[in-house]
Order: sequence, then structure tokens, then C-alpha cells
Amino acid sequence: MSFPWAKEYQPQNGFMQWMDERLPLPRLVYGAIGAGYPVPRNLNYFWNFGVLAGFALMIQIITGIVLAMNYAANTAVAFNSVEYIMRDVNAGWLLRYLHMNGASFFFIVVYIHIFRGLYYGSYKAPREMVWLLGVVIFLLMMATAFMGYVLPWGQMSFWGAQVITGFFSAIPLVGEPLREWLLGGFVPDNAALNRFFSLHYLLPFVIAGVIILHIWALHIPGSNNPTGIDVKSEQDTVPFHPYYTSKDGFGLGVFLIAFCSVVFFAPNMLGHPDNYIPANPLSTPAHIVPEWYFLPFYAILKAFTYNFLWIDAKLWGVIAMFGSIALLFFLPWLDKSPIRSASYRPLYRKFFWFGLLPCIAVLGVVGAMPAEGLWVPLGQVAALYYFAHFLIIIPMISYFEKPEPLPMSITESVLGKAETPAVGATPATA
Amino acid sequence: MADEQGPLGEEGTDGVRRRDFIHIAAVSFAGVGAVAAVTPLVYQMAPAADVLALSTTELDVAAIQPGQAIKTTWRKQPVFVRHLTAEEIAEANDVPSADLRDPQTLAERTKPGKEAYLITLGVCTHLGCVPLGAAEGENKGEYGGYFCPCHGSHYDTAGRIRKGPAPTNLVVPPYEFTSDTAVLIG
Repeated sequence: MSFPWAKEYQPQNGFMQWMDERLPLPRLVYGAIGAGYPVPRNLNYFWNFGVLAGFALMIQIITGIVLAMNYAANTAVAFNSVEYIMRDVNAGWLLRYLHMNGASFFFIVVYIHIFRGLYYGSYKAPREMVWLLGVVIFLLMMATAFMGYVLPWGQMSFWGAQVITGFFSAIPLVGEPLREWLLGGFVPDNAALNRFFSLHYLLPFVIAGVIILHIWALHIPGSNNPTGIDVKSEQDTVPFHPYYTSKDGFGLGVFLIAFCSVVFFAPNMLGHPDNYIPANPLSTPAHIVPEWYFLPFYAILKAFTYNFLWIDAKLWGVIAMFGSIALLFFLPWLDKSPIRSASYRPLYRKFFWFGLLPCIAVLGVVGAMPAEGLWVPLGQVAALYYFAHFLIIIPMISYFEKPEPLPMSITESVLGKAETPAVGATPATA
Repeated sequence: MADEQGPLGEEGTDGVRRRDFIHIAAVSFAGVGAVAAVTPLVYQMAPAADVLALSTTELDVAAIQPGQAIKTTWRKQPVFVRHLTAEEIAEANDVPSADLRDPQTLAERTKPGKEAYLITLGVCTHLGCVPLGAAEGENKGEYGGYFCPCHGSHYDTAGRIRKGPAPTNLVVPPYEFTSDTAVLIG
């Protein structure tokens, strides 16, 4: 699609010829994920995670559709219908555990996919639009996961819905009416549960649509690679099929081993026992925690405990939490360095491994802890670093950093300079 | 140019064609139609009639002893009704209201002649948890009123925010005493 040497689709028989002239769908697939898509030859296993995320979405859509056949979105019966799925529906326990843990594994692979992009500079020109669409997918995933967590109507479902829709009430003037409009009531109740179910069913298909745009935008410049340098000639690439279909197939096998280990041996490891208690609007659980994949953002929300300027602490927390994701939209323009891969950026690399990653790990731990004692200042320092990393450190690094020498080509980085053979060269004989 | 010489395509003396007006009028009217079509889709999300029908709650406060509190619900939200003791009233009135995050006096938060009955929503103004302190033996916080366990907000005996992340006092719902002891909330 992107390079002149990309192989062209050749229909193999009369029927495919007939199809190709009327609906060239096989041609589209061939060019997108078949032998017609040339990909850099040096991709490492971190490039598996886009395909894995797509696979995780498929797991969620398929298990979700069959769960919806047995679930009832009504506050009177929702909790019991989930228990009915667990106890009475044939293989219901398996489908629910696949869906429940599928969400966690979807986030695991997407987080690795995002950090791959951050490390190898995949967000930079000419792939800004790929990154922006990716952030949109991430936001849609978070909305979908939140609404899905409300559906079992347990204690964490209810109080999670109460706290998260409470974010909107922090907005001055329109906040409280906006929250009542979102919930269709004054507290999360039947109206809210029903609309969350409707949207939870809709949004995955919206995500699938944005993924198509994400892949489309990716295929214009073609995939990035661990060196971050551009493809220069045909010998820098290999066809996606069979080279990366087989590499992704192996990665998928490893992913499924990990996924099935959790589904079959520790299905509730990543959940909260409180969600097996039916929702009680008159009693808050002692310790409300979101699902693990929201913990760093929850820690940023909790980091603001003082009113500052004319804005109160509650609104600051909400602004910071949404801002922590919104700033990712500006990243391609905050990072001014023309070098993509952190492999050749000594300073950026250090701040990535010893700044950003520990900072997010600390935020994750603080998010799970009660807002008291040393956890509060620790969360505040980590939240401050998070914003400083993207808004101050990354723009500064791009000015001061002296990049390490880049290889001349992808092929040279794979084969080494001295050993790069001229085509048809033979070893010299004495 | 030739196709713009019809009666609609001719420019008037002001440089505006009649066709421009038709374009603007047609697109504007389609826009009005689109907004009208979206209105019911947006409006259906607002609280429905059955939800609004729960907007009043009646109760009798005669049985609540001084120092005791009960929980009821209004619009499906918890409501705390607390019969304050003389010490609690004194404690609430001792605080200079200028020192408060959300300055209000106990008198402003209760009805004249009924200062002993503090009626507030049992919804923390931070992120909506139910504070502790209404039931016997629960943690009442450092100021003897209510304590929210979610993010550690402390309310005093008048339900005013004293410590923690909550921005405002516990909300006093609209209510009135319809007789000496009967209360109508909403």
C-alpha cells in the first residue's frame, strides 16, 4: 500500500477474479494484513501488541454478545442474573470469567502497546494521526470498561458509578444538572443501569470502527520499527504475510497461555470481593477502589487536597485526571526531537525507564491505598512528576539531548555495517 | 458562467444572487430540523416521571430522641435527620463562621424554632459516598458530626465541612414542618 515494491493482489481463480471486479474485499485484506503490506524486517515482539489488542477486543465482543443473551439490565434482577449466569447457564461461568478477565488483559496489552509507542517514538511525524486515534480508542475503552463494571450491580458497581458520575458535578454551574441528565435520576438507578447497558453494547463497535481508521492511518506511512529510521529500500522490508502473521501467531499463543491461566486458576484475582455484595444505596463500602487499570488516574484525582486559586480541590482533581489523558493528544508536538527511537536518545531513555515508568507504578499503588498518611504526599509527588515529564522534561530534552549515531538503514542495523553484503556478492577467496 | 444567467443565477445590484438566499434558507431550515430531531433523543435522558414522583418524603420526627439520628430517603438519596443535644447546638454555635470553608450558621441550616432538628442529605459533597455517624456507634469524625470514609471528610454537628477534600457543607434539602413534628421534604 505504501511502498512502490508492495506486491499487487493477483486473483487465484475465476471466482476471485469475478469478486475482485465487483467487490475487491480480498484485495483490501491482502493489502492491509496480507503479503501486500511491506513491513520493516526488524520488528521485535513489542510489535505484537496491536494485533493482541485487536484479538482481545474480539474476545470481549463475542463473549459480551452471548452474556447479553442471559443478562437483565434492571436493578431488581441484574445482580441475580449475573449469579444465574455463573450457576445455571451452561458454560456461563466460563463466558463471564473470560469477559471479566478479558477486560483486564485488553488493558494490559493496550498499555504495553502505548508504552511501545512512547519508547520508539511511534507518535511522531508522520504517524501523529495514528497516535491521536489511539488515544481516542483508549478513552472509549475506559468509558466502555467503566459502564461494564456497573452492570453486575454489586456494591463496587453502584459506588463506582456514584463516584465517577460525581466527577461531573465538580463542573461549575452546569455540573449537578449534567450529572442528573447523565444518570436520569438523582442517584445511579434503573435508568442509569439501562443506559449504561445500551452504551456498553454500542461502544465496542465504535472502538472497532476507530481501529479501522487507526490501521488505515498507519498504512499510509507504514509501520515504525525499533530503530525509528525510515524504510529506504525493498531490502528493509518483508511482506506482512507470512513473516508477521506467523510472528503474531506465536505471540498470540503466549498471550492465550497467560490469559487462560488467570481465567481458569485465578479468575477473581483482579476483581474486588465487594462486588459480590448486591448494591446498597444507603451503605458505602469502607474502601472504594476502581479496577486496577484506572488506579494511576484515580491517584491523580486524589492528589489534590487543597483549594488553589479560585478553583476548589474537587474540581482540580477532576481537571488533573482528565488532563493527564488529554495531554497525550499534544505529545507529538511537545516532543520536538526528530529522532524517534529511544535506543538513540540517551536522555529520553533514562527519563523513560527511571522517571515515567516508576512514576506510573507509584501512582498505581497510591491509587489503591486509602487517602491518608504518607500515601497522600507520595501521590502528590508522583502526580507532579507525571505532568512535568510530559509538559516540561520532554520538551526540554529535545533541545539539550545529543542523540547517539543512527544506523544508515534498517538492513544495516540488522546485519551490521561490515557484513552488509552487496546483492550477489561472493566471499573473497585467497 | 452561461448556466448562471438564468433568473435565479443573476446577480442583483448588491452582488447577491437569489440562489444564494435559497441555499442559505434551505440549509438553515435543515439545521433547525436536525436540532428538532435530536431534542427528544437528548431529553429522554433527563429524569423520568417516576423518578421525579419520588420527589417528596414525609416523616415524623417526634420519636427521635436528643442525640439520636435516623436515615430516610428522598429522591432515592439517603437523608440524615438528627435531633441535636444542647451541647451539640452549643458546639455548633461556638465556631466563628468566618473560619469555615463554607460559612453558614446552624440557624441558617435549620428552621426557626426547630434548631434541634438538623436535616441534611447523607451524601458527601466530595464524590457522593454516604458519611458515617448517623447510626449508633459509628465514627462521627473529629468534629462530632459525620465522617466520610471514602476520602476522609469530617463534618461538624451542624453538618458543615471542617476537614478533608469535600468542598461544601452537607446539603440541606428543601423541607418544611407541616405540624409541630411532621416534616415534608421536597
